[in-house]
Order: sequence, then C-alpha cells, then structure tokens
Amino acid sequence: MEQNTVNLPIYLDYSATTPVDPRVASKMIPYLTEYFGNPASRSHVYGWTAEKAVENARNEVAMLVRCDPREIIWTSGATESNNLAIKGAAHFYKSKGRHLVTEKTEHKAVLDTMRELEREGFEVTYLDVEENGLVSVDTFRSALRPDTILASVMLVNNEIGVIQPIYELGEICCQQGVLLHVDAAQATGKVEIDLQSLQVDLMSFSAHKTYGPKGIGALYVRRKPRVRLEGQMHGGGHERGLRSGTLATHQIVGMGEAFRLAREEMGVENERVRYLRDRLLAGLVQIEETYINGDLIKRVPHNLNVSFNFVEGESLIMAIKDLAVSSGSACTSASLEPSYVLRALGRNDELAHSSIRFSIGRFTTEAEIDFTIDLIRKKIGRLREMSPLWEMFKEGIDLNQVQWSAH
Amino acid sequence: MGMIYCDYNATTPVDESVFELMRPFFCDHYGNASSRHQVGRIAKVAIDEARNKVANAIGVQPDQIIFTSGGTESNNLALKGFAGLIPVSRLVVSPIEHASVRVPAHELAWLGWELKQPGVNSDGVVDLEDMAQLLTGKCGLVSVMLANNETGVIQPVADIVKLAQKSGVLVHTDAVQAFGKMRVDFDLLGVDALSIAGHKIYGPKGVGALVIRKGVDLMPVLTGASHERGLRAGTENVAGIVGLGEACRLVIERMNTVETHLKECSGRLETGIEALGGVIFGRKASRVPNTSYFAFENIDGPVLAARLDDLGFCVATGSACSSGKTEPSPVLDAMGVPLHLARGAIRVSLGMHSTIADIEEFLSALNQCVSSLHRSAACA
Repeated sequence: MEQNTVNLPIYLDYSATTPVDPRVASKMIPYLTEYFGNPASRSHVYGWTAEKAVENARNEVAMLVRCDPREIIWTSGATESNNLAIKGAAHFYKSKGRHLVTEKTEHKAVLDTMRELEREGFEVTYLDVEENGLVSVDTFRSALRPDTILASVMLVNNEIGVIQPIYELGEICCQQGVLLHVDAAQATGKVEIDLQSLQVDLMSFSAHKTYGPKGIGALYVRRKPRVRLEGQMHGGGHERGLRSGTLATHQIVGMGEAFRLAREEMGVENERVRYLRDRLLAGLVQIEETYINGDLIKRVPHNLNVSFNFVEGESLIMAIKDLAVSSGSACTSASLEPSYVLRALGRNDELAHSSIRFSIGRFTTEAEIDFTIDLIRKKIGRLREMSPLWEMFKEGIDLNQVQWSAH
Repeated sequence: MGMIYCDYNATTPVDESVFELMRPFFCDHYGNASSRHQVGRIAKVAIDEARNKVANAIGVQPDQIIFTSGGTESNNLALKGFAGLIPVSRLVVSPIEHASVRVPAHELAWLGWELKQPGVNSDGVVDLEDMAQLLTGKCGLVSVMLANNETGVIQPVADIVKLAQKSGVLVHTDAVQAFGKMRVDFDLLGVDALSIAGHKIYGPKGVGALVIRKGVDLMPVLTGASHERGLRAGTENVAGIVGLGEACRLVIERMNTVETHLKECSGRLETGIEALGGVIFGRKASRVPNTSYFAFENIDGPVLAARLDDLGFCVATGSACSSGKTEPSPVLDAMGVPLHLARGAIRVSLGMHSTIADIEEFLSALNQCVSSLHRSAACA
C-alpha cells in the first residue's frame, strides 16, 4: 500500500545517482570498522576475511551479467572502467591499427577519452545517431575499416534511456575482428545483460547507478577469446596486473550486494517502474507541444526525457524546485550548454534547453508521480502564459517565418 | 575477531567517529554532487567541507587538493600527470618506493624517460650525495617517499627539495605511510605534490588525495567530465571523501597523544625484539614511531608470521601489496641486507588501538615461536 504523502523535493534523478539500498548498506558497513583487513594481506585472518568477501562480490557481479568471475576487474567507477577499456585496448592493439569508432551520444567519460587518444595520434569516427537516438546498424557497419581496432557504444543512454542494438553491433564487430566496448553503467538492473550471447569484449559497470555506493565500479574483460589491455593504474599488481590499488572491501561488498538484488528483483521492479513511467507519460503528453526524446520502444522503463516547447529552460528548472530532476546529464549540468545528446537527436538549442530528464527508481511512489504531473502541468501553464512566443504560436503564427530583429 | 592486529601499515579500521560522519551519505544524503538540485547540493557542500579539512591538515588551500580513489591513484596521477606536461628527460625515483611509484616510473622509462635511482644506505635512508649528482638540469621529475612502508625510515625529503629547486626539478613525495604518524607540512617540505590515502589513517579504503603546489600543472589521467577542476573525472565518492576529511582532521587533533603512545609501545617492543636476538632494519635511522621491521637469523619470515598467526597475532612479511610473493623485499635489497637475513623479515606496525599489554603478549609469543623454530632448525 503506497503512501499518499510526498516528501519534497521528489527525487526523480535516479540516472544521476541512486541511494544506497539499506540492505546494501548493512552488508557493507561491517567491512569498514570490523572486518577492515586489507584483502591483499596474506598472512592473517583480517586479510583472508576481506579477500573472501571480495571474491563473493565478484561472483555476484559475474552472475548478473553471466560471465566468469575472472573476467571482472574492480575499478573506482564507470569513468575509470571506460578509461581503462578504451585507452587500455587502444594502446595494446595499436600495432594492429589506429582507428576507433564511437557515437556522439556517449557519456563524456568515453568521448573525452576518445579525444585524448586523438591527441595521441589515433583516428576516431564519431557516428551520428538517428532521430530516435539509436545507432544505425548499417551506418555502424560501414564505419568499420581494416585498421579499426575498437568500437565503443553504450548499452543504455544516460540522458534519454534508449537501448542501443548491442547484440547486432557485437556480431558485426566479431565478424570484422574489431573489439567492442560497451558502457553499461545505466543498464545494470534495468535490462538483461547476457555476456554469453552478446559478442562484447569489454563492458563497464557502475555501482552507484544500481543502488550501490559511489566510488566503485568494474570492467568486464573477455577471456574467450582473450582480450588484452594495457593497465592504466600501475603498482602492486592487483586484479591480475590490470588495475593496481588496495581493494576497498566495503565498496566491493556493496557493489556485489547491489548487483545481487538487481538480479533477483529486476523483473518485478521493472514492471512497477514501467507502470509509474506510463502513468507519468500519460499525464505529461496531455500538455501541448511536449516531445519525448528518444525511441519510445527501445528504451528502459526508468527514463523519460521530455522537451517542453515555448518554455525557457532556466525558468522551467527554477519553477520545479520541488522536483530533483536533471536538464542534461548530471556531469555536464554545471555548464549551461544545451545537451549534446539532445542536439545529436536534432533538437534545436531552445528545445534542448527546455528539456527535463525524469528518471524513476526503486523508491519512487505513485503519489510522487501524481504530484509531479500536477506540478509540471501547473508550471508549464504559468510559464507559457507569460511567454510571447507561446502567444504567437497560439495565434497560428509560424515562428520559423518571422524575421527576428537582431539586438 | 579475537586476534591482536599488528599490521596497521597494511590498513587501519575506520574510526567510529569517521564512520558516523560518513553514514548519512550512503542511504540518506545520496545526491550526485554535480546535480544542480538540492539533493546534489548537499553532497557538494559535504565535499567542500571535507576538502577544507584535508587542506587544513596538510597546511594548504582547498583548491590544492585533488580527490582520488586512493594512494595508488594519487601516485600514478603525480608521476604520469607531471610527466605528461614536461619534456621527456630524467626521472629519479628511489629504489625503496612503493610499487605504485616504482611501476609507473618504469612505465615512463618505456616512454623514453631516463630512469635513475639513488643509492640507499644500510640504515635505509636515500643517499643525498647520489641525489645531488642526479638532480641536475637534465632531470625533470623526482619522487621519494616521506616514510618507507616496510622499515618506517623517514627520508630527507626537504633536503631533496632544496637540491631539486636548484635545477627546477619537480618533486613528488608519497606520504601515504607518513601522514598520521609524523607531522607533515606541505610548505615546510617544499614539494610540488604529495600523496595521501584514507585507509592508513583510520579512514575508509577507496579514497585518497593528491596535494599539489599552487601554479603547478598536471595532465589528467582519468578523462571524462570536469570533476576536480578537470584534473580527475568521475562521480565523487561522497561518503569516502567525507570520511577522508574527518580522518585528516583527527590526525591533527590526535597527533601528540598518538605519537607519545606509539613511542612508548614501540620502545617496549623493540627492546624485547632485540633481547630475543632480533635484528631491526633501519634501527639507527629516524623512523615513524609505529613500525618495526626485523628478522631473526635462520628463521624464515613467512613461517614465523604463520606461527604468530596461530598464536593470535596479525603481522606482515614485507608490504601487503607484495605479501603473496616469495622474493625478498627490494627495500632490504637496496639497503644491502644479506639474503639470509632478508628472508626472515617480519613487519610489526602498531596503531591507535595497540596497548602495552598487547606488546607484552606479543613478545611472549615471539619468544615462544623463535625458540621453537630455533630448536627445530637445530634438530634438522
């Protein structure tokens, strides 16, 4: 029985980060103060206890994505996993070729890393996406060249929630002898990931998008056939020499438990989230001149990215302070540039600026959704009342025909 | 766990008060610090406060702190970050550095840097005359740890800085083991970069910091969004950072009492070790007060550690990061310690919770193990 009251602000920004599930927290905490040993200490029980916990967690991560636990490397988060995968593979295989392929809606951790490699002399093709945010399989295929060594395409987009055709892209990469890296930070617990059937070589995971702690992630590195990487964090040789650094037991235990819950509860949770999303969508589409960004079918149920025409972006964000949401991804919301993801879909600047990403999660209630719908309707109405552009639109004036005078 | 923990250099338990400060940032104040809304702002404020605490503890401004995932990352960032922005030349790294400095140095050597190592004397101190020879205008970067993790020997970093400054060489110091066991003042040391790690100072694992001099630039190693002023991408580990901040504050608050306590404990411990015939490495050098690295002739280190473990004492043979390996410590090798002694190396590192009673029990257990191992060696 869901509560009818809401606590403000209502958190609808689960794609930016999630609270640690209380069950995850209680599993983690003993490893901070009680079982605090360094997992690399081989000479005493504090070390052995910590090591055992680390390996159990590794199994849990492996089980969610159906891979061998030896294929899971711990990192400090998805940003590091993306860095390790892309730089590590590019450097290792650079004698085979120097061409890399990715697409324009990737997270900055992928795009900036690709740019870094360009500075080092690699060539990168940044593919456009279709209007629905999806990578075209044919376009992808044509972009691969004999000297292409690595492609990177995310499984679920963080801003618009679309699911890329990784299965098909994997098949193509396998045929062409190109490594495929997939950023799955937004995917775990939301879509099935089966590394037995996906032809993916490297996959990045984050804990804090799946009700685990911040500061911990993992990278899947395929063993059959074996994928090699140049490690990026050097030192004591941890994680088979691929990623040195004392393992943070409590973080790892947290990630393991979070991924275990995801595996066990994803089915039921997705249904509940889908119901809430559909309710939100039904409420919002009743507002005139609203556009959903990203394919409506190939998407996770947790995300709804909506552009509201004839509403100024900053005013909109100010008006909905009772909602904790994003306009543009969290990592770029400090700068007021229009979201590059929305621009890649073909949205113009104004529409990109006046878009809101609603992301629903484990603790979202129906009452919160209803409150949100009411609030948005009210505020959009009010903002449009004050908008001369809206007035012109209502009068039937085609704004594209207007000669605007310059200031 | 019923054992007496004597391996504080490997890691430390998180202090209760540090944990209490961290706790709300898991389930309750869970925001992403880059989010513009209220939930995110709470996280941002917490990070700013932690940054101030770390800065105060080291004697710098908050904008000189870069949060990382730990000591290894801080060391990697210092070496690769500096090297990435200056012309390739000579890199000087001591032979007793932690692997997280030694291995990046080797990586840089692969990229064309001329890697040079100063000698280390039998007391475990880096040779300053060697340093003076090496830190010429041809040198771009030097890294020497402030206190060695195995021997506890304090290195003459401030003197090395003076030598380096004559030729404009950038100086990094790994203070991961030193901070919390001795006074560390960034400006007094005069270095350009300094690494610390949370889990050596009763803070959480998975978080650390690199402190950099104002005006000094680094190439970022983790690329992505513009966290840490573009120097270290990745969603901030808010709980970890809050923990690191409080741990740093407590280091300063407790320095005097902890130092006195550790000196008392280690004084008793080392008298006892020597009475049993143990040789303490770096005995005559200036050391941090918690570390005793020693060996008994003809007694294998791992065997002794196992016996001590049976009797309820957690010790180390060399550093944790290398404790699976069977080669003798490169640190002892650099000090010229003969193999027959080096293979016996045991490290006892004490901490806040160590007591004199623990020391007495330990010495009694040590006596028992050493006698029995000597006896079985004699019979063999």
